[in-house]
Amino acid sequence: MSITTGLFYLFSTVLLFSAFRVITTRNPVHAVLFLVLTFFQASMIWMLLEAEFLSLTLILVYVGAVMVLFLFVVMMLDVNIEKLRVGFWKHFPLAAIMGGLIIFEMCALLLGEFRVSEVQVAVGVLEGVVSQDSNTRALGKLLYLNYLYGLEIAAALLLVAMIAAVGLTLRHRKDSKAIDPGTQVRVKAKDRLKVVKVTTTLPAVPVASGDASAEGGKP
Amino acid sequence: MTLTLGHFLSLGAVLFALSVIGIFLNRKNLIVLMMAIELMLLAVNTNFIAFSHYLGDLNGQIFVFFILTVAAAEAAIGLAILVLLFRNKASINVDELDSLKG
Repeated sequence: MSITTGLFYLFSTVLLFSAFRVITTRNPVHAVLFLVLTFFQASMIWMLLEAEFLSLTLILVYVGAVMVLFLFVVMMLDVNIEKLRVGFWKHFPLAAIMGGLIIFEMCALLLGEFRVSEVQVAVGVLEGVVSQDSNTRALGKLLYLNYLYGLEIAAALLLVAMIAAVGLTLRHRKDSKAIDPGTQVRVKAKDRLKVVKVTTTLPAVPVASGDASAEGGKP
Repeated sequence: MTLTLGHFLSLGAVLFALSVIGIFLNRKNLIVLMMAIELMLLAVNTNFIAFSHYLGDLNGQIFVFFILTVAAAEAAIGLAILVLLFRNKASINVDELDSLKG
């Protein structure tokens, strides 16, 4: 039993234990922390499979960004946990039987049929890429030469997701007294100042001479 | 006893089954549902990388790259919807999300 095999079993045990704790733990914050542990162990497994770039990307992007986002949201929400766990243990036996069946069948099939243990020669890859290049370099060549279109679609997808997330959670306060600088700059003098023609002297009203003495005080 | 492709595929299968159980058990808690979906994607990614290593084909790793992108976008939008939901209904219980009367 080589060191790699021992490491595989160590990482797998911790990974499966922490995945189990993710779905059974009571506190959502603990669930997120166990999820971080799960991703870390998975990244170690990927390292055993010589996918170094993706392994580090999983830690940097997933643990560093996505899981921290999860943690923020979970801590921000004030959730009543007891109400959400109604019927948890009632459904547990059925779920355990179903899950055990799935695990047993898939493992029996996969362990029996996929006995490939030696790494095969590279096929379907650019010539001369795999043999001497590092994993990152080979992946980069493949990504930018063969999958450029997909890469741009992925970039556009991330942009759309960012705009959607900002647009969904953006909220304008109704009682805000904030001033929009754009409209302030664009304003013209005639928007603010209105010149109204006002006659200062009214034309003299011709009055009858007989009433002049009675209404003499009026202008 | 050497490691074979079947070991890694079995690991992915067990992880996938665990997340299925998690979805089944935590049907009311939207946050744990999203975490179980992340676990499922991780299991699928592990399968891709195992095949990529044992068949000597780097295209599988490219696929994992794109799955990671989509999963990040999904998590961001899902959490935004979750925050919006909590702001409007003060609850993330799936049973109370019946305003569409479906």
